[in-house]
Amino acid sequence: MSKIHVTTSVNGDAVEFLCDPRETLLDVLRDRLHLTGAKEGCGTGDCGACSVTLDGRLVCSCLVLGAEAEGHEIGTIEGIANGEELHPLQQKFIEHAALQCGICTPGILVATKALLEKNPDPTETEVRYWLAGNLCRCTGYDKIIRAVMDTAADLRSDMKEAT
Amino acid sequence: MSLDDVKTSGFKYVGTSPDRPDGVDKVTGRAKFGADAYAAGMLHGAIVRSPHAHARIISIDTTKAAAAEGVKAIVTRADFHTDLSGENWNIMENVMAGDTALYDGHAVAAIAATSVLAARDAAKLVEVTYEILPHVTDVDEAMAQGAPIIRAGAADNSVPDGLHPNVVRYHESGHGDVDAGFAEADLVIEDHFRTEATHQGYIEPHACLGTLGGDGKGEMWCTTQGHWNVQKICSALLGMETSQLRVTASEIGGGFGGKTTVFIEPVALALSRIANRPVKIVMSRSEVFRASGPTSSTSMDVKIGMKKDGTITAAKGVFRLQGGAFPSAPMEFTAMCAFAPYNLSNVKQIGYDVMANRPKQAAYRAPGSPMAAFAVESVIDELCKELGLDPIDTRLKNASHEGTKASYGPTFQRIGLVETLEAAKAHPHYSAPLKPGQGRGISCGFWFNFGGETSVSLALSMDGSAQIVVGTPDIGGSRASMALMAAEELGIPYENIRCTIADTASLGYNEVSHGSRVTYASGLATIKAARDAVKKLCGRAAAKWGIDPEAVDWVDGCAVPSGPNAGDFDPMPIAEICKRMGSTGGPIVGHFEASPEGAGVSFATHIVDAEVDPETGKTSIVRYTVVQDAGKAIHPAYVEGQYQGGAAQGIGWALNEEYIYGKDGRLQNDVFLDYRIPVASDLPMIDTVIVEVPNPGHPYGVRGVGETSIVPPMAAIANAVSQAAGVRMTELPMSPPRVLKAMDDAKGG
Repeated sequence: MSKIHVTTSVNGDAVEFLCDPRETLLDVLRDRLHLTGAKEGCGTGDCGACSVTLDGRLVCSCLVLGAEAEGHEIGTIEGIANGEELHPLQQKFIEHAALQCGICTPGILVATKALLEKNPDPTETEVRYWLAGNLCRCTGYDKIIRAVMDTAADLRSDMKEAT
Repeated sequence: MSLDDVKTSGFKYVGTSPDRPDGVDKVTGRAKFGADAYAAGMLHGAIVRSPHAHARIISIDTTKAAAAEGVKAIVTRADFHTDLSGENWNIMENVMAGDTALYDGHAVAAIAATSVLAARDAAKLVEVTYEILPHVTDVDEAMAQGAPIIRAGAADNSVPDGLHPNVVRYHESGHGDVDAGFAEADLVIEDHFRTEATHQGYIEPHACLGTLGGDGKGEMWCTTQGHWNVQKICSALLGMETSQLRVTASEIGGGFGGKTTVFIEPVALALSRIANRPVKIVMSRSEVFRASGPTSSTSMDVKIGMKKDGTITAAKGVFRLQGGAFPSAPMEFTAMCAFAPYNLSNVKQIGYDVMANRPKQAAYRAPGSPMAAFAVESVIDELCKELGLDPIDTRLKNASHEGTKASYGPTFQRIGLVETLEAAKAHPHYSAPLKPGQGRGISCGFWFNFGGETSVSLALSMDGSAQIVVGTPDIGGSRASMALMAAEELGIPYENIRCTIADTASLGYNEVSHGSRVTYASGLATIKAARDAVKKLCGRAAAKWGIDPEAVDWVDGCAVPSGPNAGDFDPMPIAEICKRMGSTGGPIVGHFEASPEGAGVSFATHIVDAEVDPETGKTSIVRYTVVQDAGKAIHPAYVEGQYQGGAAQGIGWALNEEYIYGKDGRLQNDVFLDYRIPVASDLPMIDTVIVEVPNPGHPYGVRGVGETSIVPPMAAIANAVSQAAGVRMTELPMSPPRVLKAMDDAKGG
């Protein structure tokens, strides 16, 4: 079967690839671009381990075809830190022991970053419902929720200081 | 080791919760898990699986598949070693069916091709002719007269005469006279309980990358809880020498016991041996559910007698566990753990291991114990209710303590059950008011914990920093714990230590990361390896000073002269000794190898408040508190994490999770949408209390914490739901339809 040529942007870098029409964006990110931070936990959009942003919108990359990336901007876990400087969420997840095995962590970080950009002051319930599409089997979510709430509070006080 | 030798105070690093060493890798996406490995010339594997619950394999025609584009190798059972017996034969049969497909999803052939899609397309072209056989998936039905026989002659000699051939192992233990004990009771309650199989539900599917060349040498990268075990089993199934296969454990995306065996690893090696290229196999989620280890389903009868003052006079349990189409259900653990929290004069427990047409069960966090606790703690709750007794006081009255002859035989050393019950009683949760429609449940839980073969090496660098090499894959932050213990012994900062999981060629045999053994056994070995290194460091200083090595102490990372030489020389820091190691005797490496046998048993008490919606039968967990004995918490934040994670998995098991088989014997809910594990919006915060009653078998008193945390939740939740719903719930999961029906039946009845 002939392959499709796709031009897109990943974490701000211009990217070109050839893919089978059946390949998902997750397949392409991992197997063609070797950005393996996004994980396949289910392949059916239930676990959120493959979360990425498509033009800023949170999506499961296992439910997007690679060919659909044409002309769009993709954001992955690999693009969250600024060089050596971790994003505040990444720092807080480590501090709060909000990961055990770490397989769900990239997806949860991508998802929570998207949440805080939309809603800088979420309630615990809002965080829990926003993350209901990101499965974690190790932590019971307790420390994840605390890390997110703590990051949000810090970011809000940074914003206040800046204004 | 006696308790006097256990260090319980004065720690500098142990008991703090620093950032984990693999933290940055894991928050940036850099950490390499099972599916994240690639190799030049790599092929992709796909597995052909039986759509039938039980079927004779008449023929496998691979002609069309072999001719498909990109296909480089095809294997069936004929491509594996034939001279196997015992558990190796069972694992081989589970990895790739022989004459008969034994469950829906059982592997029958495998393909390696140049892309994932090519492999999957070719797998569909493999033509398997089956003769469908009668099947059975329910534990009670599998034991009943006339049930289809899974495999004749599979039973061992423990099984009494007259039982169905699907009953393959039998266990009986206890002490005293239960009939006499029941006669002494003021109230005897007996009930029947059932639990459905659940899956460990790790988010990372099984994944591996294997290479096996014509020279007989192999390489395997895989996600596993124990890579020496992978090496041992794969080499046996491939008919090669163990040492010729080197296995490297990837970062592991959850295991919970389910990654203590092999499924796809031998298949990748067999394909690679034919294709002479590396082969990667990654399971889909559906394959994980259908063909990797779920836990056993159970059918249980528990009978307990109690006096009016709460004294238990006798207890008896019969535990029937279905473990799939192989002898493997952990029924002896179920039986042995069932009454372990209680100091009983008369106790008897019986276990049956029953085969059925389901995947081979695999360990799941305290395998077998949570089901027993569900049954036993439900009956105790009912007795307390009937006799008007406080559930914690009643458990305290009967609690096992140091010197108790355990229900399963041995005499307990220092244990912490009483302390967890007292802490639970004192916790504000226990006395907080409940709202209408809510119930409060409590339960105790027990797990043995384990030691096992352990080998650790600790090498010092010339700048005085240290690298620890352990052989137990780090599932929940154990590298941080190892570094903390080494920092404590060496007297150098936590940050100056790097802990790595060695491959099988780089260290002696290490038992799997299971049995809550890692912080206990690898921790003990790390401490002993560090002490070995310290002895050598002191020896170098002694030689330099020209004094007896015995007259040198190690204090805060420095060699210090002691005894008659005290004050004669300035303390010599570790960096100074290490800088000159090359000219003072060579590299300084501490090591330790043993099978430590002092893993202290572990107890927990959980308190849970549940609210039941009378309209829908849906249960919400509104408050949850875990109280558990850790012996000594090395990294308290990750100990809390184990407590919270176990509770969350228990909540899923109690309320939602179950394997649902259709009449055709096929699994009907093989995706996360239908097999519903708890999501963030299902759960409250999970409060934790770390009780520390030192284990005399570890230098710092550590007890494993990973498994006990999943033992009490189902019972505690069942007790809370039964109170809230006004009817005793005896079957898991307590899904909304089941609770609603029980409430309706109770009203109607």
